[in-house]
Amino acid sequence: MDRTSSSSIPVAASGRSFVPDARIPGGPIEQKWAKAKFEMRLVNPANKRKYKVIVVGSGLAGGAAAATLAELGYDVACFCFQDSPRRAHSIAAQGGINAAKNYQNDGDSVHRLFYDTVKGGDFRAREANVHRLAEVSVDIIDQCAAMGVPFAREYGGTLANRSFGGAQVSRTFYARGQTGQQLLLGVYSALSRQIGAGKVRMFSRTEMLDVVVDNGRAVGIIVRDLVTGEISSHAAHAVVLATGGYGNVFFLSTNAKGCNVTSTYRAFKRGAGFANPCFTQIHPTCIPVSGDYQSKLTLMSESLRNDGRVWVPRKASDCKLHPDKIADEDRDYYLERKYPSFGNLSPRDIASRAAKEQCDDGRGVGPGGRGVYLDFRDAIARDGEDRVREKYGNLFDMYERITGENPYRVPMRIYPAVHYTMGGLWVDYHLQTTIPGLFCLGEANFSDHGANRLGASALMQGLADGYFIISYTLGHYLAGVASSSLTSSTAPAFADAERAVKQRLDRLMAVKGNRSVDSFHKELGQVLWEDCGMARTKGSLEHALTAIPKLREQFWRDVSILGGRDSFNQSLEKAGRVADFLEFAELMCKDALVREESCGGHYRVEHQVEGEAKRDDQNFCHVAVWEHTGDETPPARHTEPLAFENVKLATRSYK
Amino acid sequence: MSDSHEELDLTLHVWRQPDRAAPGKMVAYKVTGVSTHASFLEMLDILNEQLVARGEEPVAFDHDCREGICGMCSLMINGRPHGGMRATTTCQLHMRFFKNGDEIWIEPWRAHAFPVIKDLCVDRTAFDKVISIGGFVSANCGSAPDANDLLVPKEAADRAMDAAACIGCGACVAACPNGSAMLFVAAKLSHLHHLPQGQPERLARTGAMVSAMDEAGFGACSNHYECEAACPKDISRDVIAELNRDYARSAFVHRERANKADGSG
Repeated sequence: MDRTSSSSIPVAASGRSFVPDARIPGGPIEQKWAKAKFEMRLVNPANKRKYKVIVVGSGLAGGAAAATLAELGYDVACFCFQDSPRRAHSIAAQGGINAAKNYQNDGDSVHRLFYDTVKGGDFRAREANVHRLAEVSVDIIDQCAAMGVPFAREYGGTLANRSFGGAQVSRTFYARGQTGQQLLLGVYSALSRQIGAGKVRMFSRTEMLDVVVDNGRAVGIIVRDLVTGEISSHAAHAVVLATGGYGNVFFLSTNAKGCNVTSTYRAFKRGAGFANPCFTQIHPTCIPVSGDYQSKLTLMSESLRNDGRVWVPRKASDCKLHPDKIADEDRDYYLERKYPSFGNLSPRDIASRAAKEQCDDGRGVGPGGRGVYLDFRDAIARDGEDRVREKYGNLFDMYERITGENPYRVPMRIYPAVHYTMGGLWVDYHLQTTIPGLFCLGEANFSDHGANRLGASALMQGLADGYFIISYTLGHYLAGVASSSLTSSTAPAFADAERAVKQRLDRLMAVKGNRSVDSFHKELGQVLWEDCGMARTKGSLEHALTAIPKLREQFWRDVSILGGRDSFNQSLEKAGRVADFLEFAELMCKDALVREESCGGHYRVEHQVEGEAKRDDQNFCHVAVWEHTGDETPPARHTEPLAFENVKLATRSYK
Repeated sequence: MSDSHEELDLTLHVWRQPDRAAPGKMVAYKVTGVSTHASFLEMLDILNEQLVARGEEPVAFDHDCREGICGMCSLMINGRPHGGMRATTTCQLHMRFFKNGDEIWIEPWRAHAFPVIKDLCVDRTAFDKVISIGGFVSANCGSAPDANDLLVPKEAADRAMDAAACIGCGACVAACPNGSAMLFVAAKLSHLHHLPQGQPERLARTGAMVSAMDEAGFGACSNHYECEAACPKDISRDVIAELNRDYARSAFVHRERANKADGSG
């Protein structure tokens, strides 16, 4: 237990501490998952249809979970806010998915993928979960191929691979620059098959606004039909949240506009622990911000760093020159210089900070000096333009459409942007939150990526959780719940939750102020980007913690939501999400303030050795788990200690 | 993203319709100070900010990823789906392609199978229905052999990928004078049928999805190929020829099966 909280751990009524046992099986790490699977209770095939399961989210994790649970025979309902499950944000992932297939015969193995992921996460992930992820990675590729995902192939018909950051083997499978899309369409096809067969009831354009907890268990959800505005209750024996990350708390991020924290934050307020909210990932290769009208940032896949070289001018006085006019000796290929063994494929947190460092040093390029070059000149000279086009054509086209510049002729300009959130609801080895019956999968949970996620690992985790893990662990839970115990959706717990949801919507509608929802969201984003972005200090975080409550108070006094509550109203949808971001942001900054160390994407300026993150394993080798204690009282911080028995705790080095 | 920012003042004619049942109409708005580097949807964001400031209800439009992959955005812009620029979704269309003082007409997809929900948002669940009838390989999770046990020639994988690039936006339907979903359905079939995994269910899938398309209220294809011109993912009309060939075969197989069933009954 860590010193920051061990003295103040509140004890729940049952006498147990807030963070339950993580249920990590004993034995050698290679055998834990097999052992756990064997020990799990099963539900008789004929009884499965008597169990109702709610899945919120239809991306790689949620869609795969809904499809797989329906294949097994459970009675599944799946909800998404988009107009179709095929549009979940997993679709935007470009580069690829990792798997320890070792098809390239280059020394990969389950253990190496496990090792790379633990190290890449800067030793803040749970070893047992990561090992399981590496184990099932190989099954994911098999399953996706069987479903007709058009992975890239070699001429002989075998699967092709590429390299990604933080690894020295080539283990990333891909489908051009649209890997997320193709994997999601695979999931969507499996889900559609179950919908067509009547095994999954699909609710699209429907947003979850609360989780219902009765007698300490999750028993259902409250949703709003985004077309009619109708609020309704849905009961189930278990609820699975797979609702993605909270990167949009920053307003500008690579996330889709609809991505939000609402479902996980609402669960937090109902008693689910929120783990490591300050672990956010800034992706090094995004198209720089161009103006205040900007609504989102566009990622340029990390796979580009396989062939693109990152540089800035050596002299600040050269920054305004056309890049062609800058001779090789006047260019600083700073990633190759600082990290010779990983070079341009250094992990994301390191590459992002290095870019910021160059720009802070006055050597950034482009408008405002917030950009670095990602240059394909040498790759084009070596392999020819056609080969480069074949590998990255769609990304180059995307870049040209947005910027009006041709990256085959002029180097791309890139800058880091918020991309992914490693923090999320705390889950145990079974992916169950601190609320029994409430499970959390994919980016929405915290478990596998520690303080920094490696490229091509998000797709892997979403599918691992949805296809291969929840099907076992949820069965184990349901086997201990009587199918006859379904709480009625007209029970008091539902009626109370429905009333609270309606009251909150009414409160939002009643403000009738003068400022748009977006204007508040943008202002929140600016505060967080400055104070809790790529570099954080005690002072900046304290500043944010003063600014956020003020902004929240203004929001509830002055937000303008036109239209009605009981109809299609996009302003109201956004307002509900921004209201949650305005509370959640504070939790994020508090977490960042207490974590007095630098690790992965969490960089506290006070804790560094010559610009490299300095961890404090003595005091912070743990998961921070936050408990909601009431609207008027501060959240309580608890910890789950992390043990590293298979990968030696060491300072990460990519030099 | 050069330093040369220019700002545009535009006149927009936007379809406003309160809900599915109510009649709609075109309403004219002035929008000012739009950077040429803004995307078309960011231009609509600017319009909406200006509307909210005046106390008018903002225009509802669908969007999500804003990088051309989720398929959520739509819009008929000056009568062309996604604005008519080759291989470009509305979210990727940038204002540098418009001129100061331009008038722009913005409407929802117009198709029998895609009813308007509000303003520029339409209901595309008809697409989901068609996919749920056969747009999949029946392979339960856990049943797969090693991925390299099934070799797929690179050319076949590339052809499959060309068709699989479909984002399900519905531009093909909106562009078609018949409101047909032929390109959408054919793209899904072409994706699966260029791969060995798609073969076992090939003809049954084709027959079922074509029937589902008809039942969902889409029109018939009469080879105008407006769909191909409108597709933001450059999907070739060749996939329609592939569909037609399989559909003919599926009809024969269906008749043979029916005959057999009669004989044994």
